Amino acid sequence: MPTEPARGAGPQHPLVPLLQALTELPGPSGREHAVGRRVADLLAPYVTDIRHDALGNCIALKQGAGPEPRPRLMLAAHMDEIGLIVTRVEEGGFLRFAPVGGVDARAVLGQEVRVHADAPLPGYVGAKPPHLLTSQERDRTIPLEDLFIDVGLPEEAARRRIPPGTFVTVHQPLTPLLGTRVAGKALDNRASVAALIEAMRLLARWHHEADVYAVATVQEEVGLRGAMVSTYRVVPDMAIAVDVGFGAAPGLPEDQVLAMGQGPAIGLGANIHPRLHGMLVRTAQQHNIPHQIEPLPGSTGTDAWAMQVVQSGVPTALVSIPARYLHTSVEVVDLEDVRHTARLLAHLAASVTAADPEGWRYDLA
Amino acid sequence: MILRELSELPGVSGDEHRVRARLWEAVRDRVDGGRVDALGNLITWKGADRPGPKVMIAAHMDEIGLMITRIDKDGLLRFRKVGGIDDRVLAAKAVRVGPDGIPGVIGLKPIHLLKDNEAKKAVSHEELYIDIGAASKEEAERVVRPGMYATFATAFGELGDGLVKGKAFDDRAGCALLVELLALDFPFPVYGVFTVQEEIGLRGARVAAYDVAPGLALVLEGTTCADTPGTDPHGQSTLLGHGPAITVMDATHIPARPLVDGLVAAAESAGIPWQWKRTTFGGTDAGSIHLTRAGVPAATVSVPCRYIHSPCAFMSLRDFENTRRLLAAFLEDVPRVAERLAQGSA
Repeated sequence: MPTEPARGAGPQHPLVPLLQALTELPGPSGREHAVGRRVADLLAPYVTDIRHDALGNCIALKQGAGPEPRPRLMLAAHMDEIGLIVTRVEEGGFLRFAPVGGVDARAVLGQEVRVHADAPLPGYVGAKPPHLLTSQERDRTIPLEDLFIDVGLPEEAARRRIPPGTFVTVHQPLTPLLGTRVAGKALDNRASVAALIEAMRLLARWHHEADVYAVATVQEEVGLRGAMVSTYRVVPDMAIAVDVGFGAAPGLPEDQVLAMGQGPAIGLGANIHPRLHGMLVRTAQQHNIPHQIEPLPGSTGTDAWAMQVVQSGVPTALVSIPARYLHTSVEVVDLEDVRHTARLLAHLAASVTAADPEGWRYDLA
Repeated sequence: MILRELSELPGVSGDEHRVRARLWEAVRDRVDGGRVDALGNLITWKGADRPGPKVMIAAHMDEIGLMITRIDKDGLLRFRKVGGIDDRVLAAKAVRVGPDGIPGVIGLKPIHLLKDNEAKKAVSHEELYIDIGAASKEEAERVVRPGMYATFATAFGELGDGLVKGKAFDDRAGCALLVELLALDFPFPVYGVFTVQEEIGLRGARVAAYDVAPGLALVLEGTTCADTPGTDPHGQSTLLGHGPAITVMDATHIPARPLVDGLVAAAESAGIPWQWKRTTFGGTDAGSIHLTRAGVPAATVSVPCRYIHSPCAFMSLRDFENTRRLLAAFLEDVPRVAERLAQGSA
């Protein structure tokens, strides 16, 4: 386990290189291959089997030491990020685009991007300049359809090299901030993927009875699709989705946000199996892992929502890493929250026995 | 390439000293002398005792940026804009704060939590803040104080077809051009002036021009280039890749005809592509220089830059080189231009 870093360790925090490797790779929904390959490489030393399914989910198994049939625990974090897709090359070589996932037009203007053509092309998102706008126009967000991407290529070269359907991601190197916080793109949800990998690293050295599946899912941002089919394949006895939650910041409703730096949030609500929730809370308490409870009425909007209704139904839980400025290129997480999330997942996985899921479904006389 | 360094240095209006130090290092062996005035302008000269009109060539060192005004109780930094920035480009950007370049980001309320119509309204800079990762006011106060400046964290780079991208091309492009020009030798006195506080009202150039008292002045700029979708042809001030832009009129200045004619003649005879700047808004240091003392004939020559006053601008290296060639050719003609100026005022 990494040693306790002092506050202010910033760039030296042991998780910085891992998050750097994961966030700086492009992986918009439907084009997660590069991330999936890297995740598989990173997980390989700690697991017994890895496969990629038809949609691109990366499914790793660390076999448990318990007697067969062993309980199956699935830990899932989506590895896709929101992005853009080129729809048209305009006169002058400028690219028009559509969103992939929940793209906020307010966060796109003035972003540096990579256009994933035959090679990753640097580009910039521009709009009609402000001095040519009426004051009414200036008070409004520029809608996505009025923005364009400039890659600085002449029209002919742009048409030849960038067919419609080319994917685009924002370009933002991971930036260590003060203390143990970092800013960057795709921390939604590579921060959770990092926690998953770190949890498997811890678990690799521990005795555990259950078969533990670590799954990096695809296409969460466009409809929880990867979780649906990967859960069908695994058929877990219990499943935990790991995602980012809204970190507290000015202007946000105080009852809907998570405190930054106070540990992972353990969800509670209809999407969460009460027994699994209880196991997570007890695990956190036993191992002195800072945590918070996140009340979640209705849909959690995460992979857990899809996983819960696979086949005959799966007991699910949600663990959330507090993150600020979601769906922008400057998402912020506290690496200590990531580390504690990994600890929570690893300790939970190590504690699961065949007795646990028993009685979670039962026949009546 | 010095433009890379100049672009990445922080130098918001009022805080130009790092840019000034780098420029002095670059030109000290090319000039006879230099001084820094009370506002922070860097005034350099060569051939001051030569006959002929004193030629002042000016480029401003300052860039648009932000100033920290308050540290909130949660360690987040409130800020105001320095110079003309469209509020809408601020959201979701990485910045560097203060003399040590503390990394920070300007966040944005997540799209998931927006109420009706909130997504359609431009976010004012007053609602935004810089997050440097501080968990408390005390932690932020250890490294940041109100009054510190912040700039966009934009790396210089090459892209596309002979283009470069970076922050502060307005007007580090002009500064880089002036560094190049000061390598030349002239038979008349030349004052290379790197000015401060252009972006907040052409203020450095006013006092520098008073001090230099030039016979004629050239202002070098990175200017707007709206040759992008959604802009009518008549709103396209310049076109990227079409050569240096010569100003006929802007909001602060109507350039002296003999200088404009001289610039066009120099471009034509040397076969250098050039263009008129085709919009009349905005201003340059020429606005204050030409009103100095009893008046100074002045003109503005610009390198077209897309997306200026935003976190990142694009410039064509061919335009930069052609602007340098045009200015060098014009400076060779200065004695003839000076004659025409003298005839005009006689």
